[in-house]
Amino acid sequence: MRIAVKLFASYRELLGEDELEMELDEGATVGDALDLLKRTYPALAEQGYSPLTACNLKHVSKRHFLQEGDELAIFPPVSGG
Amino acid sequence: MADSADIIRVTPDPLDVAALMKAVRTSGTGALASFVGVVRDEDQGRRVHHLVYEAYPPMADKELARIAGEMRERWRLTGVALTHRTGRLEIGEASVAIVVAAAHRREALEACAFAIESIKKTVPIWKKEFRDEAEEWIIGDPSRP
Repeated sequence: MRIAVKLFASYRELLGEDELEMELDEGATVGDALDLLKRTYPALAEQGYSPLTACNLKHVSKRHFLQEGDELAIFPPVSGG
Repeated sequence: MADSADIIRVTPDPLDVAALMKAVRTSGTGALASFVGVVRDEDQGRRVHHLVYEAYPPMADKELARIAGEMRERWRLTGVALTHRTGRLEIGEASVAIVVAAAHRREALEACAFAIESIKKTVPIWKKEFRDEAEEWIIGDPSRP
């Protein structure tokens, strides 16, 4: 299945992209998507913190199951205010 | 649910708390509580020149509306405005402006405090600090929203 990935703040700068597409196996979780991204972009694994994730505009955990066409957002812990 | 009259806004334009107060006040409002976060010139002893805020706009809007809805469930309110600025902000400029209207002060003050704490925890907005020697994304509390 294909999903769209959006990157923000430090992750956007680290990968040099604000948006990309990923091909994943059926039944893949957010954690699987992150693992694949870390293999493609080893710099991701060197961050001193782990990313937060949102699927279709809602905060989700790494165990969330992805579906075809989902929009997965990857970002650092929020620091607004 | 947020009320349809609630003001939910993530914007690159300057925030105007006086305009928000005027906008949320109704004839049944007896108390207006506000919170304005402004850009400070130092962080942990280091001199800050300016900040840049980045947001994930559709999700930030959705989270702000969710927070407004939760405020209305927990307190009897007559109006809510939750606004956050994005882009480059200079020292002294407002990054976040909140106005809560209620019949009485206790509801307005409590809901206002709840609003800023919630915004800092769950709304997908990030700030980057520009200092003398470096620029750095500020990483929030990593506990899950």
